[in-house]
Amino acid sequence: MTDGNLILHCEHVTVDYDGFKALNNCNFSVHYNELRVVIGPNGAGKTTLLDVICGKTKPASGTVLFGHGINLVGMNAEDITKLGVGRKFQAPSIYSNLSVWQNLDLSVKRASKGVFATLMGRSSPAERERISEVLETIGLTQYAHDRAGSLSHGQKQWLEIGMVILQEPSLLLVDEPVAGMSDKETEQTGQLLTRLSEKQAIVVIEHDMDFVRQIARIVTVLAEGTVICEGTVEQVQADDHVREIYLGRAKVAY
Amino acid sequence: MPEPVVSHQDSRETVSFYVLGFLFLVVLPLLNVVPSEESWLHVSDFRLNQFGKFLAFAILALGLDLIWGYCGVLSMGQGVFFGLGAYCMGMYLALQIGKESVYGSELPDFMVWTQVKELPLFWYPFKSFWGGFVGALLVPVLFATIFGFLAFRSRIKGVYFAIITQALAYAAWLVFNRNETRLGGTNGLTDFKQLLGFRLSDPSTQRGLYLLTVLALGAAYLFCRWIVASRAGKVLIAIRDSESRVTFSGYTPWMYKLFVFVVAAGLAGLSGMLYVPQVGIITPAQIGVLPSLEVVIWVAVGGRGTLIGAILGAVAVNYGRSVLTNYFPEAWPFILGGLFVVVVTLFPDGLVGMLRKMHARKKTPTPVIKAEGRTAA
Repeated sequence: MTDGNLILHCEHVTVDYDGFKALNNCNFSVHYNELRVVIGPNGAGKTTLLDVICGKTKPASGTVLFGHGINLVGMNAEDITKLGVGRKFQAPSIYSNLSVWQNLDLSVKRASKGVFATLMGRSSPAERERISEVLETIGLTQYAHDRAGSLSHGQKQWLEIGMVILQEPSLLLVDEPVAGMSDKETEQTGQLLTRLSEKQAIVVIEHDMDFVRQIARIVTVLAEGTVICEGTVEQVQADDHVREIYLGRAKVAY
Repeated sequence: MPEPVVSHQDSRETVSFYVLGFLFLVVLPLLNVVPSEESWLHVSDFRLNQFGKFLAFAILALGLDLIWGYCGVLSMGQGVFFGLGAYCMGMYLALQIGKESVYGSELPDFMVWTQVKELPLFWYPFKSFWGGFVGALLVPVLFATIFGFLAFRSRIKGVYFAIITQALAYAAWLVFNRNETRLGGTNGLTDFKQLLGFRLSDPSTQRGLYLLTVLALGAAYLFCRWIVASRAGKVLIAIRDSESRVTFSGYTPWMYKLFVFVVAAGLAGLSGMLYVPQVGIITPAQIGVLPSLEVVIWVAVGGRGTLIGAILGAVAVNYGRSVLTNYFPEAWPFILGGLFVVVVTLFPDGLVGMLRKMHARKKTPTPVIKAEGRTAA
């Protein structure tokens, strides 16, 4: 059933919000080290799909197989995180009252994140090295000791991406990373994600088609809770069904 | 790369700690003993005893500050844990009265007039000092563990948790008021005579209790500071800032909440245990909804999210009360309520926040990161 190269394989996933099917018999899979972009009109179920994978939402039916066939459905969010699924939320979700460094330090993957281990814990030189590297990657080295709440919107998004990377996920879920970013920040974010995809699989939800063109290899189009098309940006844009869905609505994303 | 250096706020807090420590541990007791009673410098036995009570309250405030100021979980039932600690010590003290009681019975007075012939079983451990001492810490801790487990495990948060704890305070008040509870009903426990052989009416005993309270507060402060400075302390702040992020970083927030809730309960028990012999009475009126709410006001006034703020708030509000109730006894609840409204709307960081702002204005206006507390703006 599962192809050996798949890190994620969602089958027949349905999420039912009191009769409204946010996901309707959705099938979706991602290969190792793939950078996949998911697009679709508002309400298509994109965020719900990520919520199901990371354990925030429980599907009514279906399976989500991760890595070597572990079913994530029914597991709680902390355990899924420990297995190696990292989630970057749409709105920057960082710890405003801690410094950038402390934000990253809390996110480092550690053997135990229980109360007593954390109470006694000190960062090892290797961990500090790793945090410095990530600071470099996300371009926030000079802000390491600033209060995270004082960063710009774009910097907060990068910080959260950095926090998620430090958990060393093998699958990174990123929800609309460039919303509200300047053109320059958008481009930098694209480079960052492309670089990161060398080490882990990444699923990005995005609306900004310029950005999608910059980073995407394979695009999945979601509408009304199901995958309607998958392929390169050109293929997807040429697809009649996709055009219909987008053009049928008031605002066109192209 | 080094970890973040200790911020200026931390070093300033250390200085405040030493200054307050010196003031309460050395200056106040010396002013009580050395100057003659006519001297304006003289601190009366009454005043010293009163400060002992305020400093016991400060321990209670520290606990609430940990859970509310740092972790963002508002508990409106801290009075219950304070009460459990206070009653445990009170039961020991009540059994120490012995034949000196009004009716000359070995049983506490209230048992005589409510026709209890034999000491109820649950009173037995409190015949010994260690029973009272250990009970005053363990009973609140155990109770908080069970209550906190049920509440936090079920993901009860925010205003719902606040309401549940307030209901707990009300329920406790009702239970302690009943004569059938065998804890003295509305009148509580009082008329204590001695503690480990020391007469409670003796000024030197009260002086000793005062010093013990200062030391206990110092230890409680250092313990809280250790928690706050650790990585777990950062997790507490992180839970306040973004609980879902904490979950998706592999932590289990409810366990941290439970931990800090239990620590707060232990501190409340310690506070109650020190309060009873100094004040000489514990009644249900001290453990209900209102006293629990007052703790919230102390911490808000002092500045939540800073440990020194909790101590300052507890001492300042209580001192304010003792002065103002002399002049306007009727108006105190209004003053207290007004104070809370003013602080919450105009000075969300309390006294400590005001002091920091004044200090920041004097110096160059560079933004400083705070290791703790809310935004400086």
